[in-house]
Amino acid sequence: MRIHFKTSYDHDIRLFQDGWQAFLYTALLALMVALPFLIDDFFLGEATNVLIWATCGLGLMLLTGQTGQASLGHSAFMALGCYTCVLLMEAGVPFILAFPLGGVITGVIGALIAIPALKLHGVYLAIATLALAILTDDLIVMLEPWTGGVGGKNAPPIIVFGLEINRWSSPVAWYYMALVVVLIVTLFYRNLLRAPMGRAFAAVRDSEISAQAMGVNISRTKTLAFGLSAGITGLGGALMGLFSEIFNNETFTFIISIQLLMMIVVGGLGFIHGAFLGAIVIAFLPQFLSIVSDSMGSNVAIPGLETAVFGVIMILFILFEPMGLYGRWLKIRTFLELFPFARKDMFRRQKSYLKTERLR
Amino acid sequence: MEVLQLLISGMANGCVYGLVALGFVLIYKATEAVNFAQGDFMMLGAFVTLGFVNPEFMGIPFWLALPLVFLVMGTFGYLLDVIVLRAVFGQNQVAVIILTISLGFVLRFVAGLIWGHEPLSLHSPLALGDLRMGELVLGMADVAIIITTFVLTLLLWQFFQRTKIGLAMQAASQNQMAAYYMGIPVKRIHGLVWALAGIVAAVAGILYASKGAIDPNAGFIGIKAFAAAVIGGFGSLPGALMGGLIVGIIEPFAARYLPPGYSQIAPYALLIGVLLFRPHGLFAQVRVKKV
Amino acid sequence: MSLLTLENVTLKFGGLTAVNKLSMDVKEGEVFALVGPNGAGKSTVFNLISRFYTPFEGKITFDGQDLLKLPPDEVPSLGIARTFQNIELFDQATVLDNLLVGRHRLRKTNLVEQMLHLPSVRREEREHRAAVEEVIDFLDLQPYRNKRIAGLPYGVRKVVEVGRALASKPRLLLLDEPASGLSVEETQNMRWWIDDIRRHMGITVLMVEHDMGLVSKVCDRVLALADGAKLAEGTPEEVQNHPAVISAYLGTGDAA
Repeated sequence: MRIHFKTSYDHDIRLFQDGWQAFLYTALLALMVALPFLIDDFFLGEATNVLIWATCGLGLMLLTGQTGQASLGHSAFMALGCYTCVLLMEAGVPFILAFPLGGVITGVIGALIAIPALKLHGVYLAIATLALAILTDDLIVMLEPWTGGVGGKNAPPIIVFGLEINRWSSPVAWYYMALVVVLIVTLFYRNLLRAPMGRAFAAVRDSEISAQAMGVNISRTKTLAFGLSAGITGLGGALMGLFSEIFNNETFTFIISIQLLMMIVVGGLGFIHGAFLGAIVIAFLPQFLSIVSDSMGSNVAIPGLETAVFGVIMILFILFEPMGLYGRWLKIRTFLELFPFARKDMFRRQKSYLKTERLR
Repeated sequence: MEVLQLLISGMANGCVYGLVALGFVLIYKATEAVNFAQGDFMMLGAFVTLGFVNPEFMGIPFWLALPLVFLVMGTFGYLLDVIVLRAVFGQNQVAVIILTISLGFVLRFVAGLIWGHEPLSLHSPLALGDLRMGELVLGMADVAIIITTFVLTLLLWQFFQRTKIGLAMQAASQNQMAAYYMGIPVKRIHGLVWALAGIVAAVAGILYASKGAIDPNAGFIGIKAFAAAVIGGFGSLPGALMGGLIVGIIEPFAARYLPPGYSQIAPYALLIGVLLFRPHGLFAQVRVKKV
Repeated sequence: MSLLTLENVTLKFGGLTAVNKLSMDVKEGEVFALVGPNGAGKSTVFNLISRFYTPFEGKITFDGQDLLKLPPDEVPSLGIARTFQNIELFDQATVLDNLLVGRHRLRKTNLVEQMLHLPSVRREEREHRAAVEEVIDFLDLQPYRNKRIAGLPYGVRKVVEVGRALASKPRLLLLDEPASGLSVEETQNMRWWIDDIRRHMGITVLMVEHDMGLVSKVCDRVLALADGAKLAEGTPEEVQNHPAVISAYLGTGDAA
């Protein structure tokens, strides 16, 4: 175990605890930058997909992992971000403006939706957001003049500083674009965690009563978290729509919301790393399954296999590793650092009694 | 006449929604877990019945098969609680929500593997055809569904009022700690509630399948049942049934009188409206958490 | 000079009168205790001051300001901090972060500045952390600094709660049963801390406590409550020997 000698308050504020950690993350960044030169275009596309899912996941993580509000409706914000961005682009706004603007508009609408929605707790919020996702699906169909309805919409070409970014002709540029977006979002996220607002989010998650007694305005904090979460997810949704080149209501069904929530749980709820690990799982699971079924010699796709396998993975994680992949990694790391002094029950789950959230 | 016809078929649908909603309100009241797979329970109940009854499978007479179905679904619910849900007892609600949604995925897949993805129809004694009275066409299945639901509701009510287990379930759902101290085996009660929810789901499934065909995706009506439960107030059994009826009745009328496209969003629009103006449902009273 | 004043405060839950025409005033710089049997309404008084409950009638003023005009989350901004009887900490966060939440009312930067981590945010963070480290030193929390609350023993959690309240630099500190469930040794520590909080930090303390030993050692004045109404008020000795208090605790003749 590394010992940290702290000599200034900045030690607790800075992004990395020590030089070793800074080195590790720099190395990881270098690897991500070098990735296009290491793998072929197909896998680069998959890597781009991972980054897009991670962006959406970071958005939901902020709400569910940090602020403790479960949403089953984030596909609505993905759709909103995507359609807003594309409609702005079609109106002649350059991509470099339309993209962040799409996120901001989604965030504002998300915050407006949050004002009534966040009076609801736990399950009620989950169901209300689920209804929101289903409504959005139907609304996209009904608003055909703008959205193209079931027929869908073709993504306009993305032009950044005169350079066209196309999935097929310039996959490397696409990858870098997604990388920049996810890095900026991660940095913002991390900054928030080391500032009063991020702590207020955690306070609301863990005890609303005492957050209030410490001067945290519950509804304003939740609304901010929801808006911010919606905005980030909107950015991810815009990337997803643009990356798939043609999109319709099916691209953003409520199933996507559910997958997104599952993804961050598999990755590790409450950790930035969790959004990335979860995104890797969700992006590569279909590939992995098709490789397995090919090797077993069956060419027939079994309907529902993918979701079922994902469901089993989820059940196993919740039963045996509720802290997700990142939680598992923390345990392995602690074990290695303390070797041979780690004890088996160091991470034993505390026996908890039912802490009721029910009001009646 | 047309209104009456819409009303009857809406009520019949509403009864199915109501019974599914009843299932998860039962579980929610007793254990605070929300079973997002209750719709898939219903689907499973229908398929198990179909497996016993239909001639291409086992071909057992319906009334003989019925107790078997209840036994299978009850055991299934009980084991699910013992093996899976007890492990997440007291954990945060996100875990339970995801766990039950995942369970739904798996059930859908398993049902597809066993019974296939083509819609199948159940050989049910309730599928009675139509009754024509002048202009009025009454689906006899609809009438039978409504009657069955009311009988089941009465039985459940008597069960909670009269039997020892029913009373224990009530006690455990109102104050777990107190119930535990009074010597009520709270854990076993939880298992039994899940078993009961499985049986109610089986009834809902049989009723659903009597109206038409059943396929593995039938469980998605669980979402409408959710809307029903919330509209009725998540903690109230009669509320759940009422909510189911409201959603069921709104649907055919919206389809008849609203422009196409608007009708399918009617239940969800209603749900969101109720959540905005009466966040705890139409039939609920609220208490504030004590510090 | 009185800092906190309650005048004729009454609170009813349905038919039950939880607090009945209670008047009291806490003077700047003193340690004031509320005592009384279970269900006497002591914690309810705290919840009234925190504005979790709104009184049926009466007035509550803090330093001349009408508290009843404020929502609960603005009460801390006047300089009122509190602990809870059943410990309400942020379980999934570290001790350090819990204490930092105590600084919430003193934040100066907004969400956007914080996301960009502007120099102003860093300056502010340094101030918060300096203040919190002082509290950590004062309460001997150094060993638990980076531990999550969920794994800490009960006694430590109690202290962290006091620390979180202190981190907000309050003028009035409300302690709800600070010594309940603590060992003899921990109670002894709590006693020194309360003394120091008053003497060295100049913070006025209002506490609810059952341990009369602790009360008589640290408190200047005591108010005894029964069934939501005032029984007696005065120095710890006066209250302990007051006939009404003795009968409330030991039961009246006919009940015995």
